[in-house]
This record gives sequence, structure tokens and C-alpha cells, in this order.
Amino acid sequence: MMDEGTELSLTIAQIVQRLKATHLHSQIERQAKECLHRPEIQLESLKEDVRNFLKASGWERKLQNAVYRELHVQPLPSHPAAPPEHAKEPLAYMRKAQVNWEKRILKSLNSMCTELGVPLARKRPAVEQKELTNKWNEMGTDEPDLSRFRPVYAPKDFLEVLISLRNPNHDSSEEASAKSHWGLIQVPLHDRDIPQMREAYSELSLTTGQLGIDDHTHVPPDLFESEHTGIGKKVVNEQDSAAAQQYSRQGCPTGLRADLWALILNSTNEPEDVMHYEQLKAGVIHHDLLVDNLIYKDVKLTASNDDYYFVFEDFLYQVLLCFSRDTAVLEHFSYNSATPPKSYIQGKVGVEEFAVVYPPNGVIPFHGFSMYVAPLCFLYNEPSKLYSVFREMYVRYFFRLHSVSSSTSGIVSLCLQFERLLQTHLPQLFYHLREIGAQPLRIAFKWMVRAFSGYLSTDQLLLLWDRILGYDSLEIVAVLAAAVFAFRAENLMEVTSLTSAEVSVPFTEATGRPRRPFNSEGHAPHSDLPVRHCHLRT
Amino acid sequence: MSVNTVPCTVKPTVTLQIGDAETDSSRPGVYVIDVTLPIGQTVNIQEISFKNYYTAYVSVRLLRRDGEGAAKWATCLRNHCLMPSPHTEEGSQDYCSVYRQQMLIEPDNVTSVRLILRQPSSAWLNFSVEDIKIHPCLNEDSEWDIPDWLSDLTQVDQLCDLQGLPDPQTVSCSIQQMWALTEVMQTNQTTASIGRFDVDGCYDINLLSFT
Repeated sequence: MMDEGTELSLTIAQIVQRLKATHLHSQIERQAKECLHRPEIQLESLKEDVRNFLKASGWERKLQNAVYRELHVQPLPSHPAAPPEHAKEPLAYMRKAQVNWEKRILKSLNSMCTELGVPLARKRPAVEQKELTNKWNEMGTDEPDLSRFRPVYAPKDFLEVLISLRNPNHDSSEEASAKSHWGLIQVPLHDRDIPQMREAYSELSLTTGQLGIDDHTHVPPDLFESEHTGIGKKVVNEQDSAAAQQYSRQGCPTGLRADLWALILNSTNEPEDVMHYEQLKAGVIHHDLLVDNLIYKDVKLTASNDDYYFVFEDFLYQVLLCFSRDTAVLEHFSYNSATPPKSYIQGKVGVEEFAVVYPPNGVIPFHGFSMYVAPLCFLYNEPSKLYSVFREMYVRYFFRLHSVSSSTSGIVSLCLQFERLLQTHLPQLFYHLREIGAQPLRIAFKWMVRAFSGYLSTDQLLLLWDRILGYDSLEIVAVLAAAVFAFRAENLMEVTSLTSAEVSVPFTEATGRPRRPFNSEGHAPHSDLPVRHCHLRT
Repeated sequence: MSVNTVPCTVKPTVTLQIGDAETDSSRPGVYVIDVTLPIGQTVNIQEISFKNYYTAYVSVRLLRRDGEGAAKWATCLRNHCLMPSPHTEEGSQDYCSVYRQQMLIEPDNVTSVRLILRQPSSAWLNFSVEDIKIHPCLNEDSEWDIPDWLSDLTQVDQLCDLQGLPDPQTVSCSIQQMWALTEVMQTNQTTASIGRFDVDGCYDINLLSFT
């Protein structure tokens, strides 16, 4: 609503302010000073020559990538009268719903603490610290007694919150009409229809080559694959973030994906990133958090039971425990509708000097959280690099999947988009499923909350996440969920209950063999820890 | 983006609808809000700001006093869109401003502002705008009078007997340099956090608090 010139200058000022605090700033400064000795730098044209030097030596590109990253995570400059909570979430009733949901989670965590007699956080005694340092690379071999701990909430609890979302100013009279929505989400958010999405996702059209489809063994590689891979190599050589993001829309070749994703996310592995990771590791060693037990439990229940990811169990602890200690994550709360939980040390409630955030990163993990990290283990084997990429993916995308907001990439929009697509393009199927008490969202919700991690085979999942990065949006997750229903429409028309509907939508691998079916909790049948009881009480 | 606003009265909303307001079951789709300045005062408007509440389009008319003292209404903004898709939430609770540059006529010597709100969608129970504020133009050539005593200050050219004290000129030079250094330090202050989550090494927490 502000005029464009002011908006642009504000954005520039904000980005400059943020970049001044980074290591890149001091590196470029140093480079500029050192290049003064070079013969091609003339005093008369000092500014131009230094600029040209920085361009030729690749530093300008690094700066461009850093600015591009800031543009991704910065909220748009807001109206001067708008309070900070408006930037987090503009709609008042959604803010309220998020606050109430958070209160429930906090109450649940507190009662778990009191029941089990375990503090939320405590300093580890020296002996324990030494033990943990020795065991750091094999924490998976530990078999602590986790039976008393329960996940704080599961996706289905969160779904109930979303279903009960209502806009008090919305006229939701009960009479059926042309604009009735058959689904569970009853908030009037805007979404795009198929013609609009065809335009927006033009690189996914039928006439454009795609990795995952046009690189199968029976397709000659010179039709698409060779050229696309050649372009990918060039993009990596140029170290250009924006080009990498554009490239990723048609899929990343397996051999280049790790570098391309790191480029898109501007995730570096410089000495200071490694040092930051070591600092977080020290935080894990020194303090024991209740949240750690929740993480252990989650990894044991989900990733360790998964055929593809159980080998990465140790990595998952190394990433998630450090993630909980990372205060840098707190920055994303300026554009996340959620608020980090607060506490006071030494029982000094209300005394601001003793106020702390719990956990240090403000994020309380829920059942299935570790599945956000698991697929990345296929790409990165160095813990600090893996950590850096995961953290950036979380603060750009994953946080939107478990908070109440009106954002177009938020889970509420995704659910509504999924239901609208189904109602518009598969009305018979939707009606049938409703009649048998199997609302489609109840089946698809868990897929979308996890961005399909654990529900698609890894190679397919990584191809999906290529597009999430390429289009900088989670919208495609909703479209895929609707597409799965379209793909299985025939089978689904014949089912007569919710459970049989769940079983009718297994994903097939490229070879056409069906994957293992899912039980209603979404776990493989050999899992002996069904998550029926979550700690959250209504 | 001026922070100062002009005190004004916002009159109660007037509904415009066809048919009898009491017996008609459908909700009105047009509201009119008048904002008047105290009698006799006029303002040159720089900006009109408000918070939207489910209004889709707003038109603004101004009552201006011309040279002869007569007042005339004129439209300065026609059907400005606040909600790109009136049936859905986008833009419904945003903070908005209408700037002088966007207006069709010069908003000078204004005594009254009329906001005409439209919401064609029947999806909403109510709509309006809140917190209406009128920001006047800042005087660009407001020269402040320099008080007389400032111009009476003269430079001390004659140095008094120093008695072993350092030369005031060199002292003031070095103080200036130190001041410049502190300014540089201040502007270079990093906004990056150190990353500590504990308070003096302590992070013993028992319960979370809800505020």
C-alpha cells in the first residue's frame, strides 16, 4: 500500500542492515582492501576497478546470492501503522487460533513434566557430559527408557484445530448452495485454479522435459537428459542461486542435487558454519532438555522404522538435538504466526532478566518431525552441512506446515486447495467418500504435513522437493495430494469405509510394484509402536 | 509517512441500499463514512490511513473550500481495490494508506472527507474501515528562526596562558577523531546474536509460562 519507491528503499535498507552482520560482509571488505595492491587498480578509477575486481573474482556473485536469500525470508515491508503481529499473521482470528493451540501444547508439556518429575532443562553433570561426547557418533545404539514419554501432539490433533477454524465475520449459513464447500476446512482463503496454476507452473507442462519422467532408461538421453545435466553443471560452476532455483523446476540430476540445493538455499559450509555447529553441539553436551527425549522418541518411532531411513538414525540425532539449541532459528518468528514458548530460570517467574526461550530455538517437535530431516541424509554426509541445509529448509518452508496461518504456502491453504481441486475436478469421488464417512482430507493431511516424506520413495520425494525449492512454494504438495486421489479414483469409488480408503492409496514405485500399504496411523505394519496415545489432551 | 495527524470527527456509518432498511433481509453492500474537521479548519492532505475490515473497494470524495470560500465536493479516488478477490480473505484486514500522489485532484483546503465503502460479496456479515487518520502536508520551507544568542557566540581566538597544558587545538582535533571512531563503531554494530541461550551459564527450567 506504500508507494513503490519508498517500499524499495525500505527493503534495501533492511537487507543492508542484515547483511552487515554477516561474515560475508567482513570477507568482502577484506578482499576490497587487499585488492588495492593489485596493478590493475588505479587511483583515478578506484571505485570502478574495485567493483570489477570483486565481480571477476566471484565475490559479487556471492553477495548476489546472499541478497537473494534475504529476499526469500524477509517479510514484505509493512505499513508503518501495522503492529509486528500483523506481519506474522494479518488475520486476527487465525492469530487467536494459533495462540490457543500453543497454549494447549504448553499445558501438555508442563503436565508431562510434572507427571514424570523430569525438568524441562537441566545442566548435565561432568560425567554425563563426557559420556555423551564419547558416544556422539553412535547415539542410536543407546536404548534409553522412553516408554514414559509421549509425543506432544500428532498431525491428527492439529487437523482438528484446523477443522474448527472459523472466521466470525463469515456468513456460513447452512443451506446447500453452489458455493458450498464439501470439505473440512471452512475458511475462505484464496487459492489458484488449474488454468492459473498452468501459467504459474509453465515449466511443468507436458511439452517440457522433466527429470523423473523423461530420463527413464527407455528414453534416449539426448532428447532431454544430457542437455539438462550439462546446463546443471554450468549452473553449479557459475555458483548462481537464482539460476539454480530456476533450473530446479525441471528437476535436479542426482549427482548435482546436493550442490544445487545448497546453492538455492545459500547454505555454505565455511569454517564459521562448522564452528557454529560445534557451538550447538557443545550446547547439547552441556544441557539436557526434555525436548531431547521427544526427539529420541520420534526418531525411534518414525525414521528408525522406515526401510529407507533407519541407516541415518545417528545423523538425525546429531541434527535435531543441535537444531533445538540454535537461537538463530528465532529470527524466523518475525514472519511465522507462531511464537516461541517462554520460561524463567531458577523459578524467578516474571523477572525479565531471567526470561529464556524454551527450547532455545522456540520449536517444539511433534510426531513425525524427524521426517523433515531424513531425506536430506541421502544428499549430505557431513553433519554441519546437513544441518545448515535442513535449518534453511525449515525456516523457509517446513515451519508453515505446522502453524495456523493464512499464507498461501501454509497448511491451511494447502488443505483448502486440495479439497477445492477434488471438489471441482472429481466431484463424484468426493461425494462418494463423504457419504462413506471418509473425508479425503483425513487421508491426505498426514501426507501434506510431512511434505510426503515417508510416503513417497526417496527418489520421487527428492524430485518433489526439487520443485518446492524451484517454485519457492509448497502449493505443489496440495496438487500432488489431489493427483494421487485422481490416480486412484477408480479404486476409491469402490471402497466402503475410511480404513479401506486408506489402504487403497498406496504409492507405486517406478517399476509398478505397489509399496507396502499403510495402516490408519501411516506406519508400516511391522511397527510395534502405533501412535494412538499422544500426550495432548483436549 | 508522517506520524502527525489532524484531529477530526468520524461520523457514524450511513448505509446505502435499495429498499427499506428495516424490512429488507439482505445486507447492505455500500457504506458511507464522513470524516469532518473542526469548524473553520482546513487541511492539505498528505495521506489518509486506515485499517481495513473486509471492505473490497473504497472511493474517496473531498469537500474543498475554494478561493471564494464556497465548498464543493470532488472525487479524489475512484473504486480503489483493497481486496483483489472480494469473496476471499486476501487484503481483508490490512493496514492501508491513500497518498496525495494517488489522488485525482489536489487535496488542498479540505474540510471534510467522505469514504464510500463497497463490498459486493455476500460472504461477509459486516465490513468497514477502522482507525481513520488524516495526515497533513508537512511544511517544506519551515525555516526556524535562529535565536539571537546563538549568533552572539564568537570564536575564542586569543588563547589564555596555558601553563603546561596541551594545546587546545590539538586536543580538540584528537577528540574529534575519537568521536568519529565511536560513530563508526556504533554504525558497525552487528545485529547478529551471540547464540547463547542460557543466562550466565544457567538454563534450569521447570515449567513453561503462558502470558
